[in-house]
Amino acid sequence: MNNLLWYILAFLVFPGLLFTSVFGLVVTWVDRKVSARVQWRAGPPFLQPFYDFFKLWHKELLIPSAGKKAGFLFAPLLGLTATTLLATIIGVTNIDPEFRFVGDVVVIMYLMILPPLSIVWGGFASGNPLSILGASREIKLMLGYELPFIIAVATVLFKVGTFSLGDIIQYQQVNGVLLTQPSMILAFVVALLCLQAKLGQVPFDIAEAECEIMEGPLLEYSGPALGIFKLMQAMLYVVVPWFIISLFWGGTSFHEWGILWSLLKYLVVVVIVVLIKNTNPRIRIDQAMKFFWSWATLLAVVAMILMFLGY
Amino acid sequence: MPKLSTKWIKKSPWVYHVGTGGCNNCDIEILDCLTPRFDVERFGIKLVVSPRHADVLLVSGPVTYHIKSRLQEVYQQVPKPCVVACIGACACSMGIFKDAYSVAGPVDRVIKEIDPNAIFVYVPGCPPKPETMIMALVKALQKI
Repeated sequence: MNNLLWYILAFLVFPGLLFTSVFGLVVTWVDRKVSARVQWRAGPPFLQPFYDFFKLWHKELLIPSAGKKAGFLFAPLLGLTATTLLATIIGVTNIDPEFRFVGDVVVIMYLMILPPLSIVWGGFASGNPLSILGASREIKLMLGYELPFIIAVATVLFKVGTFSLGDIIQYQQVNGVLLTQPSMILAFVVALLCLQAKLGQVPFDIAEAECEIMEGPLLEYSGPALGIFKLMQAMLYVVVPWFIISLFWGGTSFHEWGILWSLLKYLVVVVIVVLIKNTNPRIRIDQAMKFFWSWATLLAVVAMILMFLGY
Repeated sequence: MPKLSTKWIKKSPWVYHVGTGGCNNCDIEILDCLTPRFDVERFGIKLVVSPRHADVLLVSGPVTYHIKSRLQEVYQQVPKPCVVACIGACACSMGIFKDAYSVAGPVDRVIKEIDPNAIFVYVPGCPPKPETMIMALVKALQKI
């Protein structure tokens, strides 16, 4: 009973829903502020993402007449739940590496597919031609980046010889972080490229191209449902980099100075994402597929071979 | 329908731009507003691409008969509460197009036909300066 209560708390407060959403909205501000500084602007105030979210929460929710009501309303909730669960598993494992169940990395990989799938579902349920176009692009993009991402993650799994995230973190506490080896650096670069696509940031924001298909799947969403989708994207901004840092860069430590060092690692990853976003134009969907299936996959396979050779 | 709060719109007004038959002058000034030079993101103002996401409709130009039904439809697509900002002399009072054969009326009259309780902001000028528009929007939103 006590254990159950603890799990519910972990899901709702820390490191689940509340912590991840607040931290995610703050990171969204960092993203917008850094973008503004790159473009020589002043940028939004600190609480801007919170204002946006509360405003959307107080707006009317319109349901398009051509859409399917149940799917349209259920999709954002599915995405939010999956992201929260993801944050809980990764967070609890980082706090206590002894927490594990069989193959939690596999579960995390599957849960990471759910947020894009919920966007696809919402897009198809909207019944708008542009939403459907955006949703189909999202599926193609997903097919593109999943292959190199899985190979990059598998490199770590084979290196450590386990399917458990806790074991990977403990291995790095004993033997030093994996990122010091050449094969792991290659795999990390591939994971960062896939991160860019998973977060839907600019070179790969093909599914939501604002000036082309008007935010694609989110086009028909308004009010609280749009707010939940924006919150989900903000939370993914925390969760996916956290997973990659846990795999390659020794995870997060919650002791004294460890918190600052963990925060710094996280910010480095986020600023890399924002800088790539601000210095690149959007590419077409076929270019993205080609890129992920040729160059990114090649790089990931080279990393795998180097790892087996012992580098 | 329950009364929806307008409190947060002041802090993050997302704008959607509707051209209703103006001479393109106000539209260019609106685009000027969104450049890094004026940086409206400081006030949380953001240009959105779908009326579903909008809080403020920036309407420029007198409403021609051709566009009248479209403007009303766009207004109905915007989730409430929302604000209609009439940008320029034509949108406020039809300007030099008054009594023209092709013009259905100023923006407020056209929108009041379908929603008598709509909220309006008037920014006169031919065209208004970007500073004026930002000032008007920020001031008007404080008074809601």
